[in-house]
Amino acid sequence: MSVSRIVSVAGRGLPLVGDDIDTDRIMPARHLRAITFDGLEQHLFGDDRAHAARDGRIHPVDDPRFAGASLMVVNSNFGCGSSREHAPQGIVRWGIRGIIGESFSEIFFGNAVMLGLPAVTAAPADVAALQAQIEHEPQTPIDLDLTTMRAHAGSLDFPVHLPPAAHDALVTGRWDGLGLLLQDFDQVRKTAAALPYLRDFA
Amino acid sequence: MPTLLDKIWELHTVRRLPTGQTQIFIGLHLIHEVTTPQAFAMLRERGLRPAFPDRIFGTMDHIIPTSSLRRPTADPVAEAMITTLEENCREHHIPLYGLGDAHQGIVHVIGPEMGLTQPGMTIACGDSHTSTHGAFGALAFGIGTSQVRDVLASQCLAMDKPKLRRVRFEGRMGPGVTAKDLALAMIRQLGVNGGVGFAYEYTGEAVAGMTMDERMTLCNLSIEGGARMGYVNPDDTTFAFLRGRSHAPSGEAWDRAVAWWRSLASDPGAAIDDECVVDVNRIAPVVTWGTNPGQSVAVDEPIPDPVALPPGERDAALEALQFMGFEAGESVQGRRVDVAFIGSCTNARLSDLRAAADVVRGQRVARHVRGLVVPGSREVQRAAEREGLHTVFEAAGFEWREPGCSLCLGMNDDRLSGAETCASSSNRNFRGRQGSPTGRTLLMSPAMVAAAAVAGKVVDVRRVIPRGGAVQ
Repeated sequence: MSVSRIVSVAGRGLPLVGDDIDTDRIMPARHLRAITFDGLEQHLFGDDRAHAARDGRIHPVDDPRFAGASLMVVNSNFGCGSSREHAPQGIVRWGIRGIIGESFSEIFFGNAVMLGLPAVTAAPADVAALQAQIEHEPQTPIDLDLTTMRAHAGSLDFPVHLPPAAHDALVTGRWDGLGLLLQDFDQVRKTAAALPYLRDFA
Repeated sequence: MPTLLDKIWELHTVRRLPTGQTQIFIGLHLIHEVTTPQAFAMLRERGLRPAFPDRIFGTMDHIIPTSSLRRPTADPVAEAMITTLEENCREHHIPLYGLGDAHQGIVHVIGPEMGLTQPGMTIACGDSHTSTHGAFGALAFGIGTSQVRDVLASQCLAMDKPKLRRVRFEGRMGPGVTAKDLALAMIRQLGVNGGVGFAYEYTGEAVAGMTMDERMTLCNLSIEGGARMGYVNPDDTTFAFLRGRSHAPSGEAWDRAVAWWRSLASDPGAAIDDECVVDVNRIAPVVTWGTNPGQSVAVDEPIPDPVALPPGERDAALEALQFMGFEAGESVQGRRVDVAFIGSCTNARLSDLRAAADVVRGQRVARHVRGLVVPGSREVQRAAEREGLHTVFEAAGFEWREPGCSLCLGMNDDRLSGAETCASSSNRNFRGRQGSPTGRTLLMSPAMVAAAAVAGKVVDVRRVIPRGGAVQ
């Protein structure tokens, strides 16, 4: 199993402003029509990007100023909606290595961690300041340090948060946790054998 | 003095992991064609096989056509996904209720229908509406594909125990008001992210009086309020529903099961993390006006002015109004609809179809409306046909389809086109959700969809049906 430790993410930022950005916007369902995750990066925010282009705007994902960004900066309840892992898969395959946001939906957060994608939370004012900083100076190097749990960009320096288990999984490289689940399989069998619905009236 | 959450969590705890999370055994794993192919591929890469294949059940619902059962399907991508699931299930001896099977249907409809879903279980599926199964007093939640891989390989997940919020539905549902309306009203009250980190325990007079179909609708929408799981404590209504179902215990085992199920309900004095009350007496039929399920109004209430909303909701509300083509202060009533969709894991069970049929019986769908009825399962379809509901719908001008997810998420050919407005009994009004990037979804109950189909615009179902009429 993987032991690739994730202790920091450094790079430029991609600001995605807005609350409640759902998984249907991140990865529209018609792009789930495949038996692999290959190529999902092409469809990341597909509808939003087309919509922006029609309105004569440029979606941040298509904005050359943010090309090659490693850190996405989002607002509250990012990734709400469906359980589709295609959403974080598309984000990772596009080149994003970390997300800083006000808050995340639970399933999206879990999926992200399982891909080794840290999704850290920060105070709304800090997130807004970072988004403004990136807009103002897209070349600003951002450093997300999971050891000190701080983010740094230009003159900004603020604390970020991760639940302890996710933090531990990422920094120890145990974010792909299947090995752990298979470690004590006798105990799994014992637990199953004690369940009334499998033991007494199956 | 534990809660149902405490009891089931404890019982399924394998061990505490070094990360601080809990290794939880999954009693029932439901799989479908869209979120599993990569999971099986990852399993194969690692040389693993499903650990408990007899606790896994498969069906097809998301991408399958609902217009025909012919194989190969007209859509080659659907055919490839169907075939992949068939091969994976065959290879690993997993029961599969495939296209054309008598038990095929939306995964959250067939689990309860066959009695696979039972109180006291932990239930996982690669679909966020797995919360539906909580109606039976189970801990049921959606997972991503890497977690599907984990459950296949180990029948376990690494999880943090959620906090518990009790949501008490006090009062009684008036005529024309349904469990769908209660759920949407709750989400508006508590927020689309209000439930993050919580399991919702639904109690109160209104929930006690609900049928299992209604409880499933309520629990189904837990995730739209941010709660990954929601449940109702099991009671006689639960047991009556399960008795005689093919996978439910029978004979002497039935009595043992009921005794155990009864013991699972939260103890009256159990400690909980939060509690709130939803006043059911004040709830009218609900319609969404925006692009998340919390952006809704009672059908007789004007759409709020974003300026009057809390600061954090204003920008999103403005954007949503623009996307939907609504004005602040406007009424949702009178909004022209192009498509009427009765279906989805939220509202495509027999009682939903009956409620819709009661509204359309003897009526015609408006000339400009495309009406679609997509039963939740083959069993629902057959039962509805035995009652003649299909002829009610067809005579009114609705299309009567084969079971599947269909227009809820537009993965097959059932999609909105352009900026069509759809009155929909489904669960999400996200932008692009119904297959057209500019399509607009108005969520409402099945009876409200039926009334909108007939009128060609959003109307108050209470003015369409006689007071005390058949709509529950």
